[in-house]
Amino acid sequence: MIRKFARFGTVALSLASLTTAGWGAPAEPNYPKEIGKGEGALNIVAWEGYAQDDWVKPFEAETGCQVNKKYAGSSDEMVALMRSGGGGEYDLVSASGDASLRLIYGGDVQPIETSFIPDFPNFVEDLKAPPHNTLKGVHYGVSYEWGPNVLLWNTAKVKGTPTSWSALYDPQYKGLVSVPDNPIQIADAALYLSKSKPELGITDPYELTPAQLDAAAELLKGQQKLIKKYWALASDQIELFKNGDAAIGASWPYMTNSLKDAGLPVADAVPSEGATGWADSWMLATKTKHPNCAYKFMAYVSTPKVQAQQAIYFGETPVNTKACTEMDAQQAGSCAKYHLDAPANYLKSIKFWKTPMQQCGDGSRGCTSYTDWQQKWQEIKG
Amino acid sequence: MPLTGSGGRGAKPATIMASITLHRRLSAALWRRPSLALTATLVPPLAWFVLIYLGALVLLFITAFWSVDALTGEIDRTWTFENFSRILGSPTYRAIALRTIGMAAAVTITDALIAYPFAFFMARIAGPKLRVTLLTLVLLPLWSSYLARVYAWRLILAHDGVLNWALNSIGLPDLDIGYSRWAMWIVFSYIWLPFMITPLYTALERIPHSLFEASEDLGARSWRTFGRVVLPLSLPGLVAGSIFTFSLTLGDYITPVLVGGPGSDFIGNVVYANVGIANNVPFAAAYAAIPLIVMALYLTLARRLGASDAM
Repeated sequence: MIRKFARFGTVALSLASLTTAGWGAPAEPNYPKEIGKGEGALNIVAWEGYAQDDWVKPFEAETGCQVNKKYAGSSDEMVALMRSGGGGEYDLVSASGDASLRLIYGGDVQPIETSFIPDFPNFVEDLKAPPHNTLKGVHYGVSYEWGPNVLLWNTAKVKGTPTSWSALYDPQYKGLVSVPDNPIQIADAALYLSKSKPELGITDPYELTPAQLDAAAELLKGQQKLIKKYWALASDQIELFKNGDAAIGASWPYMTNSLKDAGLPVADAVPSEGATGWADSWMLATKTKHPNCAYKFMAYVSTPKVQAQQAIYFGETPVNTKACTEMDAQQAGSCAKYHLDAPANYLKSIKFWKTPMQQCGDGSRGCTSYTDWQQKWQEIKG
Repeated sequence: MPLTGSGGRGAKPATIMASITLHRRLSAALWRRPSLALTATLVPPLAWFVLIYLGALVLLFITAFWSVDALTGEIDRTWTFENFSRILGSPTYRAIALRTIGMAAAVTITDALIAYPFAFFMARIAGPKLRVTLLTLVLLPLWSSYLARVYAWRLILAHDGVLNWALNSIGLPDLDIGYSRWAMWIVFSYIWLPFMITPLYTALERIPHSLFEASEDLGARSWRTFGRVVLPLSLPGLVAGSIFTFSLTLGDYITPVLVGGPGSDFIGNVVYANVGIANNVPFAAAYAAIPLIVMALYLTLARRLGASDAM
């Protein structure tokens, strides 16, 4: 009864915030002239593991900015938090590409002057001004870390080495497949279809016409019959593999590392079709109350040392190319393990998450929006 | 008693006198007009109930008739039945609603079948000491977190879990029911069982012993006594318990996430996804109206069966 009550409570709260939740337009540049003394506090919304004491404590000691962190479990929660209370409750957010455009078009985040980030010139070229955080040359976010969504499998239960995403649609693995419970998963199917069915004409897995979306949904409805469980949290999938419920699935390198550490025979790969992936950016709230501390924080987490600490802790790749030696110093071989030394075409093979929108990349309005994707995902899951 | 002199923590005697007079006047007024006292006692909880609880429900209903502009994501406040027609027209949303209601019914029946003999034993057969022990055991799981208990079941039902280990050790094959509707049925039935046992126990305990004797004296055998005396008299308790198990299952959305497999979403999961992910609050409100309507019908029926006596 209490939870039922709580659900109505949630709905009522959402109703109360309706007046402020609407979408506006991208915020105009309002760059500070210089970065002055810190305001003494900084409120951030971050992925769990993105604000560890290892590197946040030294920042607080150095700048006097007390960091108050709020962990979010999904991109959707991040967007909701940044809009809560009319915006301005939080200063910074570590938004993934499927949240960043929503925040930009919602007017929730403001343009960032990259000259205040001393390490910015050292960033990998492709992530200095990627389309998920930069509009018409205006930076709305500072790229942070990135990684691919990989194909993960239990080597004791899966014969041979799968080299294609087709393994996730293969009936021989019925009842052993586990993929994320996330509408953005449709992009994984679209990416596979772009190679296996070129006649559909899919060029970008995030820009799908209604017919292309239907084709992806059809493929995923077939996959639904093979699924053991759609995972909601990274720890869910780790448990599924540990308990023998799942043997193959769509995953993150983080899970591969955890499972290997636990002694399980697992392997992962970016299949021949390429992969989707995440590229996170720090974004600054339009109504921030602590801009100096926020700029100081963005500059600090872009330094090679923090970038390396973050990458090793979470199992991802820094955007600062200077972080390679730092990584190897902190954990031998980690620079190569997390692909920071990989050639540029490795990064290009990854299609980073971005918000599906009605407006296609070429400006026409024939594409499907995230709302369409969400409804399709519900149909797919059943 | 003269109230002059010391005056407590340095307060002036005159202030104390004034406050005491005010206090006396107030209590005198309340004594003269009992209705005043009643109003003062009832207004705060009633205001809470009307403003917070009913207010939220009314807002929910109104929002269900609005829509969201697909382009801007803003709420369009023109009246429309679009949300409801989308729910009724879509096989997915119909299936999810029916699944939720069906599961709630299955769990209620299961719990009734398990709880009845147990409650009967507790109320009519067990001695006072055993009764207290059993009652404690029934309520004991409620002292631990709901989540901890669901996670425990997840470990039991997993492929390499306790259940399959036990089956294998007595030479039986694996039972592959982890992350499925069967798993949800087992977990729901377990979690809500105390809510069925408690009202049933209360109802059964209330039946006077003389009625059993009277039934025997008139020549009825035990089954007939049960069918003609015990069951009708305990029916309100049974219905009261079923209100709990039915509504709790109907409103749940955590168990489907944790132990459900593919095709296990409940009404609550759709509401959650539409508020959080799609930002389509009107559609969520329309879908949330379904359990409200179902429960309203259920409660009307339950009232006729006399459940309010046993609550």
